[in-house]
Amino acid sequence: MRKVAIYGKGGIGKSTTTQNTVAGLVEMGKKVMIVGCDPKADSTRLILGGLAQKSVLDTLREEGEDVDLEDVMKTGFGGCSCVESGGPEPGVGCAGRGIITSINLLESLGAYDESRQLDYAFYDVLGDVVCGGFAMPIREGKAQEIYIVVSGEMMAMYAANNISKGIKKFAESGGVRLGGLICNSRNVDNEEALIKVFAEELGTQMIYFLPRDNMVQKAEINRKTVIEYDPTHPQAQHYRNLARNIDENKMFVVPQPMKQERLEELLMAYGLFA
Amino acid sequence: MLDMTPVETIERQALRINPAKTCQPIGALYAALGIHRCLPHSHGSQGCCSYHRSHLTRHFKEPIMASTSSFTEGAAVFGGAANLRQALKNIFHIYNPDVVAVHTTCLSETIGDDIPSIVKAARDEGIIPEGKHVIHANTPSYVGSHVTGFANMARAMAELFAQRNGGAKDQINVVPGFVEPSDMREIKRILFEMGVKAVVFPDTSDVLDAPQTGRHAFYPKGGVTVDSLISTGDSRMTFSLGPYASEEAGKILRTRFEIPNKVLDLPVGIGATDRFIEAVMGVTGTEPPEAMMDDRGRLVDMMTDNQQYFYGKRAAVFGDPDHVVSMTEFLRDLGMQPVYVVTGTPGRRFETAVKGILAQAVPDAKVKAFSDLFELHQWIKKEPVDLLVGNTYGKFIARAEDIPFVRFGFPILDRVGHGYFPCVGYRGGMRLVEKILGVLQDREDRDSPDHSIELVM
Repeated sequence: MRKVAIYGKGGIGKSTTTQNTVAGLVEMGKKVMIVGCDPKADSTRLILGGLAQKSVLDTLREEGEDVDLEDVMKTGFGGCSCVESGGPEPGVGCAGRGIITSINLLESLGAYDESRQLDYAFYDVLGDVVCGGFAMPIREGKAQEIYIVVSGEMMAMYAANNISKGIKKFAESGGVRLGGLICNSRNVDNEEALIKVFAEELGTQMIYFLPRDNMVQKAEINRKTVIEYDPTHPQAQHYRNLARNIDENKMFVVPQPMKQERLEELLMAYGLFA
Repeated sequence: MLDMTPVETIERQALRINPAKTCQPIGALYAALGIHRCLPHSHGSQGCCSYHRSHLTRHFKEPIMASTSSFTEGAAVFGGAANLRQALKNIFHIYNPDVVAVHTTCLSETIGDDIPSIVKAARDEGIIPEGKHVIHANTPSYVGSHVTGFANMARAMAELFAQRNGGAKDQINVVPGFVEPSDMREIKRILFEMGVKAVVFPDTSDVLDAPQTGRHAFYPKGGVTVDSLISTGDSRMTFSLGPYASEEAGKILRTRFEIPNKVLDLPVGIGATDRFIEAVMGVTGTEPPEAMMDDRGRLVDMMTDNQQYFYGKRAAVFGDPDHVVSMTEFLRDLGMQPVYVVTGTPGRRFETAVKGILAQAVPDAKVKAFSDLFELHQWIKKEPVDLLVGNTYGKFIARAEDIPFVRFGFPILDRVGHGYFPCVGYRGGMRLVEKILGVLQDREDRDSPDHSIELVM
C-alpha cells in the first residue's frame, strides 16, 4: 500500500484535488482510502456526495472508546473508503491532538491492515504544519510520499517551502519523501514555468499542471468530483493524467527548502514581473 | 544507592537528575486547602490529581481532598469545558464546599482551556449555586515549580476575592509562604501576641494539623474564610513572607487597591524573624511583649552556648528558594559556612539574595538556582561538607556520603513533627538549633574514639 499525504496552503484546493485525483485512481481500478485530517471534516464530501460522514473524534466522544471501523468508515465513489478525523470547534481544544488520536485509533482498528488490500491511503491535511499533530501523517510509519498543492501565488509558494522544511526534518529521521508539486493553477502569468523552476530548486518535480476550469466548481456544488459529474469533460482527463502520474511516479526526494531571499529572487526572475 | 555519582561535573542544559522541585499544581492544591471549606480541583487527567494528593498525604500524613476534571482522550481534543462543568455540578451536589479552587495542569494549559469563561458560563447557567465561589489559577508545570503554583493560587485568592468595601480596616494581610500548618499557626500567634489583627492567607493550620477526634471532618475547622479574604481589600498593608511564594498575592492587592506591600524573607532564623517583628512593630508602633523578647533571648542563648559546635562547619543547603535563603542566613549567623546552596526553582533573584548573605562569610560559596540534587552531590563529592540541610530527598546523598542530615522544607516524607512544630519565629529558630546541634553532636559521639568521647557536651 502506498500512503500519500497531501499538504499545501489553506484554500489552495487540497481536498478538491485529492478527491478528484482519487476518483481517477479508482477508475483505474485502485483500492483507495481517504483519511481527512481537517477539523472541518470536509475532505470526503465529493467522494461521498455530501457531508454524510460521522468523524472519528465525534464517534469517540459520543460512543466512548469502543469504536468499530464500520462506525467511522463510509464507502463512496468507485468503492473508495472515506474517514474523517474531525476535531474541535474553532477556538477550543486541540485539533493537532485530534489528528494524533484519530490516526492512532484508525491504526488500532485495522484501517490499514493487509487484509483490506488497499493500494492507496491518502491523508488530506489542513493548511500549514502548525504543530506536531499536523505532522502526524508524515511521522514514522505513516505516509511515505507527499505531494504539495501549490499555485504561482507567492504565499502558496511560501507555504510550500515551509512544508518542505517539515518534510526535510521528518525525512532525516524517517522514510518520508516528497513526490512532487501539484500546480493548481490560479491563472497567474507564467505560472507553469515558475512552478517548474520552483520545484527544481526544491529538488523535486512539478508532477502535474492543473489548469483552472469552472467545471471544478460546478461539480463541487453538485457534491461530486469532475470525473463522476462529467466524465467526458477535459478537466476530468486532467485529473486522470495526474492520477496516472502519481501512480507511475518514481521520483521521491528529500526536499531542499530555500531561504526567503531565494524564493523572492525566483519570483522576480520567473514570476509576474519577468 | 547514589554511590555511582561521578565527581566530575559536565555542563548540562537539557537534563535534570533528581530535581529539587516538583510541579506547580502541588503548590496550588496546598494553598487552596488553606481556604475554609474549599475543595481544590485539578483541571486535567486523573493521574495529576492522584500524584498531588498522594505526595501531600505522604508529607502531612493526612488525607488530602481534591477533585479532578478526569480528562480522557476526547477532552484533550475537544477541550475540557464539558468535564469542568460536569465536575462543578457533581462537586456542589455531592461535596458542597463553599469554594472550589481550580488549578490547571500541563494538558489543559497546552490545549488552552479558558477557565474564566468556562466558570462564567457555569455561573450564568446556575451550575454554581448562589453564595458559592469558584476561583482558578493557571499552573503549567513547565513553568517555575510547586512554589510558583503556590504563589499563583495565593494571588488568585487576592485577585478574585478581595473587595474594597469602604475605608481602611485596622488589619493587615499576611501571606505566610509555602510553609507548614505549624508555621502558619506560629505566625498567627506572633501577630496575636503583638496585638495585630491580621488576615493570614492561605492558612492550613487546623486543616492539615487538625486534631484526632475520632470523627472525620471532610472540611476541618481551619482555613481562611471567604469573608476574611474579601476583607483583604480593605487592609492597611500586606506582608509577603518569602518573595517566591508570596509576593504575587501582595502585588495584586497593591495594584488593585494601592495597599502597600512589604516583601520580607521567610521568618526562619534570628535575622529574618527580627526583620519580621520590626515590620510588625512598624504597624503597631509599639514594642513586642516581654514574652516574645524572652523567646528571642532564649534563642540567642542557645546559639551562643553552643557556638563551638557550629563554628566553621561546612554546610550544604537545598530546597525551595524562600526557605533556603533564610536558612542560609541562619546557618551563617550560627557561625557555619554554607558552601553549597541550591534550589530547583528557576529565578536569578535567589542567587543574588544568597550571594548577598554570604558575601563576607563565604565569598566563594557555590550558589545555583534551577539546579538539581545530582549537581549538589557532585560538589559534595569533590569537597565534602559537615552538614546537609534539605527535604527528604537529601537522605540518599547523606547516606552515600555519610553526612549529618537535617530535614527542612518540602517535602518531608519520612519523619513526623514538621506539621506540628514550627520552624518560623524565635521558637522555630530554637527548634532548628536543636535539630542541627543534635545531628552534629550525634556524629561527634559516633566518631570519637573511646579515650576522647565526652559525657558532657
